[in-house]
Amino acid sequence: MDKLDAKIPQGPLAEKWTNYKAHQNLVNPANKRKLDIIVVGTGLAGASAAASFGELGFNVKAFGIHDSPRRAHSIAAQGGINAAKNYPNDGDSVYRLFYDTIKGGDYRAREANVYRLAEVSNAIIDQCVAQGVPFAREYGGLLDNRSFGGAQVSRTFYARGQTGQQLLLGAYSALSKEIAKGSVEMITRSEMLDLVVVDGRARGIITRDLVSGKIERHAAHAVVLATGGYGNVFFLSTNAMTSNGSAAWKAYKKGAFFGNPSFTQIHPTCIPVHGDFQSKLTLMSESLRNDGRIWVPKSKEDAEKIQKGTLNPTELPEEKRDYYLERRYPAFGNLVPRDVASRAAKERCDAGFGVGSTGLAVYLDFEDAIKRLGKHVIEARYGNLFQMYEKIVDENPYETPMMIYPAVHYTMGGIWVDYELQSTIPGLFVAGEANFSDHGANRLGASALMQGLSDGYFVLPYTVQNYLADQISVAHVGTESPEFDEAEKSAKATIDKLLAVKGTDTVDTYHRRLGMIMWNLVGMGRTGEKLKKAIVEIQELRASFWKNVKIPGKNEMVNMELEKALRMTDYLELGELMARDGLLREESCGGHFREEHQTPEGEALRDDENFSFVAAWEYTGENKEPKLNKEALHFEFVEVKQRNYK
Amino acid sequence: MKIWRQPSADEKGKFVDYQVQDISADASFLEMLDVLNEHLVVKDEDPVAFDHDCREGICGACSLYINGRPHGPDKGITTCQMHMRRFKDGETIVIEPWRAKPFPVIKDLMVDRTAFDEIIRAGGYISVGTGGMPDANAIPIPKRDADIAMDAASCIGCGACVAACKNASAMLFVAAKVSQFAMLPQGKVEARERVQSMVSKMDELGFGNCSNTYACEAECPKEISVSHIARMNREFFGSKLISEKEK
Repeated sequence: MDKLDAKIPQGPLAEKWTNYKAHQNLVNPANKRKLDIIVVGTGLAGASAAASFGELGFNVKAFGIHDSPRRAHSIAAQGGINAAKNYPNDGDSVYRLFYDTIKGGDYRAREANVYRLAEVSNAIIDQCVAQGVPFAREYGGLLDNRSFGGAQVSRTFYARGQTGQQLLLGAYSALSKEIAKGSVEMITRSEMLDLVVVDGRARGIITRDLVSGKIERHAAHAVVLATGGYGNVFFLSTNAMTSNGSAAWKAYKKGAFFGNPSFTQIHPTCIPVHGDFQSKLTLMSESLRNDGRIWVPKSKEDAEKIQKGTLNPTELPEEKRDYYLERRYPAFGNLVPRDVASRAAKERCDAGFGVGSTGLAVYLDFEDAIKRLGKHVIEARYGNLFQMYEKIVDENPYETPMMIYPAVHYTMGGIWVDYELQSTIPGLFVAGEANFSDHGANRLGASALMQGLSDGYFVLPYTVQNYLADQISVAHVGTESPEFDEAEKSAKATIDKLLAVKGTDTVDTYHRRLGMIMWNLVGMGRTGEKLKKAIVEIQELRASFWKNVKIPGKNEMVNMELEKALRMTDYLELGELMARDGLLREESCGGHFREEHQTPEGEALRDDENFSFVAAWEYTGENKEPKLNKEALHFEFVEVKQRNYK
Repeated sequence: MKIWRQPSADEKGKFVDYQVQDISADASFLEMLDVLNEHLVVKDEDPVAFDHDCREGICGACSLYINGRPHGPDKGITTCQMHMRRFKDGETIVIEPWRAKPFPVIKDLMVDRTAFDEIIRAGGYISVGTGGMPDANAIPIPKRDADIAMDAASCIGCGACVAACKNASAMLFVAAKVSQFAMLPQGKVEARERVQSMVSKMDELGFGNCSNTYACEAECPKEISVSHIARMNREFFGSKLISEKEK
């Protein structure tokens, strides 16, 4: 258990972070110049961290797989970012944001981390406004707020339906400023292939230049991973095509524990799957649930007619519609948390009440809102989303209700980190979606942007400095060491091995097959039996991949098939760990729903006595069972109870 | 399809003909290219390289010049948002990379747009560090101004404006950033230096001049208005005048 000391500072909840900062070690300005930090990933968490380190005076090397940091997938976040400003005077506070987040995560997150997140949330908004982020404003010139799921206050700041874009561009501009100044070196089109650990500390990375194929070594005093989530293990998800879990997985195989890998968020409002050629799914922002009402027909006969196209949903009278969220959860209605909304949609569709040609869709209807507010108001609020929907589905959502269905969106699981966001490998810090830290078993809407920027602007600049304080005697870390030799050799060997297979099936065919296994067996409704089956099927698929995959070309070129194959090797291992983690957790909590464990009303049934812990998995070697470590969760400041949104 | 194939920046490129069959009208344009690439890989041929990522029109990575137009025939969308229902069965589609000197081809349809990042590094930011900021509501900003700033800020940095322009001018891209900050009180502090520095960087990188054909606005997937160019020009000449006076 030694390795799993979360290092939570002493004292009352509201004073922990203040106490930490008051007593942490600092590095003086002259010494900062002697210390190198590697930041992998330049989305919200990575760009904000790299910029902040640069401002402090550290030497920073930042890496991104895109041609520019502005393309990181944070850019696609639509709805907004939470903060406890309480501008609308509707009863919000730091404590309430903390409480909603802990409850929303179904009591599977660490209190101290979540409180700190809520505590720094207000500074994030101040920071972004100072950078020139054009948040939505009211006519009086002050900032506007809207509501998101799992909260009864309006605390979400937004920039049309493009909040992630604007926040990322803010962080990107801060990063650009530091690159111009020379404090940050930006390496683009570069992918991390391995982590280098020297004498038990993270000291560097091995990368592949995605244009030339060149394998490179980079060393530093500390390494920060801000490489996002691994939702693409499901093949179809709302993640961008190149979002991947490889950096985190490589860190895991070098000794960083992986926390709660099975905790996956299935987002309720995505455009339904419509063909086997499909490459990804598109999210329709949760903010739409502010004004849209979710329903399916009350009778199966009507549902069948709609599926066959013989009944138009707009013709179905009010009394024949089942607004099932409003019916089941009158207190929160259409604004229940994502896991609850997704499960309720699945339940209705599985029972035969779904709509659309596949029966795997429910309606998100704006008819009432348009009547109440006028089309122009709805257009101002959600215009770009409606346009996006129409382009994809070829139907006008102002006239016909939108069809939505749950899809994989976010992974709450990730590399286990302590209060300082440091992994079990000293000197390896993990931020943003890549860590497991703040969202427990379910993330609330508008909290991912908050966490990414909290980690990058306001947490890592303190905690990494605390770590580096005793590293000032270490001269610049070199790349000439047996550990670097070994890591580079092993990365090259993997590439050679992949290229030598010369089989018959493309990487994508394997990815689709893995996605089917994950969605059907490790998806929204899990059972012990399904999870066991998934483990076997993934192992078989992995063996087949290494015998049969076909990758054209060579390493020394732009080779996207090779890039995909390298990521795929990790998905094929990570998927198995996700299934193992789901199998271990004999309870339902948040997005992890074990069908064996539910209340008579079909709600998630937690088992706090036996499962109030973080499952932190430890790698033990190739094809060996990973070792389970547990971090017990202690709730001192909230009362743990069954989540109730009724 | 006629697709531009070019092994690398140093080698010559050419059009190569390809056929794809049984493409659903509901497939996106890039999914159609995925199908083509699957076939090519199976036949041991080199798949077509193109930049893409979010596939929902916001990351700005996709950058195809389709039938003579950046992001294809539809207004207000990126390549990844276009669907095959937009094309007729049997139609020949010509696909090229962005063509502009400051955007050299890396491979096939993939170009190097780091020139845009260099322009941003020349001043496309407000020089504030992390922390110690005043309350976000300390400075009220008229909604109208904030909305115009947001219109400008919605630029995705794809480069369609440059590809559309016969002079390969980056005026709309630069103007969008200058204009965003010009509309906000936070941006006024460094306004003079910003516009001069960004414009001179743009010139230095080999982007051409603006000759007011407005092709950039017509092809911008975010429909950013050329009125931002007018605002930038005003900022630019204003800043020059003040600099002259101070000499």
